[in-house]
Amino acid sequence: MERVMMKGNEALAEGAIRAGCRYFFGYPITPQNEIPEYMARRMPEVGGVFLQAESEVSAINMVYGAGGAGARVLTSSSSPGISLKQEGISYLAGAQVPCVIVNVARGGPGLGGLNPSQADYFQATKGGGHGDYRLLVYAPGNAQEMVDLIGLAFDKAEAYRNPVMILTDAIMGQMMEPVVLPPLRTVAPDQPWATTGKRGRSKPNIINSLGLVGEDLERINRELQAKYARMAASEVRYEADGVEEADLVVVAYGTTSRVARSAIARLRQEKKKVGLLRPITLWPFPQQILAELATAGKRFLVVEMSAGQLVEDVILGVNDREKVAFFGKLNGTVPTVREVYDRIRSLLSEGGEG
Amino acid sequence: MKKVFAYPRALSQRRTHYCPGCTHGIIHRLVAEAIDDLGIQERTVGIAPVGCAVLAYDYFDVDFQEAAHGRAPAVATGVKRVHPDAVVFSYQGDGDLASIGMAEIIHAATRGENITVIFVNNTVYGMTGGQMAPTTLPGQKTTTSPYGRDTATVGYPIRVCELLATLDGPAYLERVSVHDPQHILKAGQAIRKAFALQVAGKGFSLVEVLSSCPTNWGMTPAEALRHIKETLIPYYPLGVYRAPEEVTGGDA
Repeated sequence: MERVMMKGNEALAEGAIRAGCRYFFGYPITPQNEIPEYMARRMPEVGGVFLQAESEVSAINMVYGAGGAGARVLTSSSSPGISLKQEGISYLAGAQVPCVIVNVARGGPGLGGLNPSQADYFQATKGGGHGDYRLLVYAPGNAQEMVDLIGLAFDKAEAYRNPVMILTDAIMGQMMEPVVLPPLRTVAPDQPWATTGKRGRSKPNIINSLGLVGEDLERINRELQAKYARMAASEVRYEADGVEEADLVVVAYGTTSRVARSAIARLRQEKKKVGLLRPITLWPFPQQILAELATAGKRFLVVEMSAGQLVEDVILGVNDREKVAFFGKLNGTVPTVREVYDRIRSLLSEGGEG
Repeated sequence: MKKVFAYPRALSQRRTHYCPGCTHGIIHRLVAEAIDDLGIQERTVGIAPVGCAVLAYDYFDVDFQEAAHGRAPAVATGVKRVHPDAVVFSYQGDGDLASIGMAEIIHAATRGENITVIFVNNTVYGMTGGQMAPTTLPGQKTTTSPYGRDTATVGYPIRVCELLATLDGPAYLERVSVHDPQHILKAGQAIRKAFALQVAGKGFSLVEVLSSCPTNWGMTPAEALRHIKETLIPYYPLGVYRAPEEVTGGDA
């Protein structure tokens, strides 16, 4: 298979098409515009539909309609736009409609800025909209994972009948890297539960999330929670690099994991024992490996571009606040390799290994 | 003996939750009859609103999606783009369509989205208990305009058909009423025409149906029907606001 140079956003868009996605509904916002622009060019070539909606709110509701009609459907946006989609995401989760939502995150709160940010972690992993629901959340670490994880996202969305989010950021979206693309797939919109028109079925298919009778709504919620438990048991993904022999494990995803990797490489040249744990699923979160590493006596440093969001899940997994250090950059600037290197060095010397 | 009147196949045989004297039941029946007449039950997908018709999916024997408040035209767009051969309709009230869902209806109309919208205008939020709607008449008392709608502070009602008629996108816009048998027949013809145009691929069609709400108007069913005739129709004139010929007959 051939390797091609692509921007992360375009790799993700082509990856979606290769995975059988033929419907895209979106609205312009920086820094994700390459995705709708790519889809506007590409969808007509593969017999698909690109539609620019009048708002993010409309786009996510078009996704609800198309996903409920059985199609592989995608929308993308960036932080303020993802906030607008939250109502629709809650409905998608409640009605169990599969779809994939991409957040090429930028700094917030409010209008924020166009720089990369990881401050939408809570929104992505803890709900975001109203009600008790979970999204499966993937965080790609390079352009190849943009391609691979979007394909996986569509498969998992259908397998669990659940919305799946790709949480990435401006750097990951804009950076060019070589990628290998999978063959083009076609997936017919013919799910047995989908609203296609009855077409010979004895009973109508209904897509909804209404439960007016308390006991009914409780039963629906129990079913949802059972599904999330199955996802938590089966879908955790992470990359562990040198964590077994490490004294200190850096936990980071996406852009900050790349900065951390460079810092760790430099430290290893100095014979320092530093590992990298990179969550690939942000929900479900890799709690088990963290618990095991904590039991083995490791200490942890969380590096993220926020005031401290990922770090809460790491503390929960480690279950010992004293073992977890935090280095955050606030919504606008990216930690440098030097900064992360210095932070690790000082933590190692505090521990007596410096 | 020849059967001249029957229960529509596209209606499920279920008792509705609508209040006594409410005209939703009549409008449901007209929609179901149009679906039966055109033989499209097996490929019809309905979109239910948030409002009194939120449970419409229980009353029609066709596939249905239940949309978030105001978003039915966007949801319908998603369904229609995936299954262009399906017949997709939304069924929306005045709060849903003309207040929170104004962006969605305007843009579905201007795209000429090949869907049918049944717009039920009873000048009040029914399901939530009788609050002021975008179509509430000047001076009309509701729970959130207890002294009557004061146009000096909250402005004027929105005439949806007239508003959408400023756009090039829609193929068919008509306002009808269901306050007496003669008008019910005309309403049925309009709804049937709207669905037929979609089947023929002519684009966006909307039928606005002036409807009664005896409960929230504080009237008897008979008074409510008289209220449509004497008070609603003068403010919301019945008629065709966009005829399909204007769109299809480019060389006329």
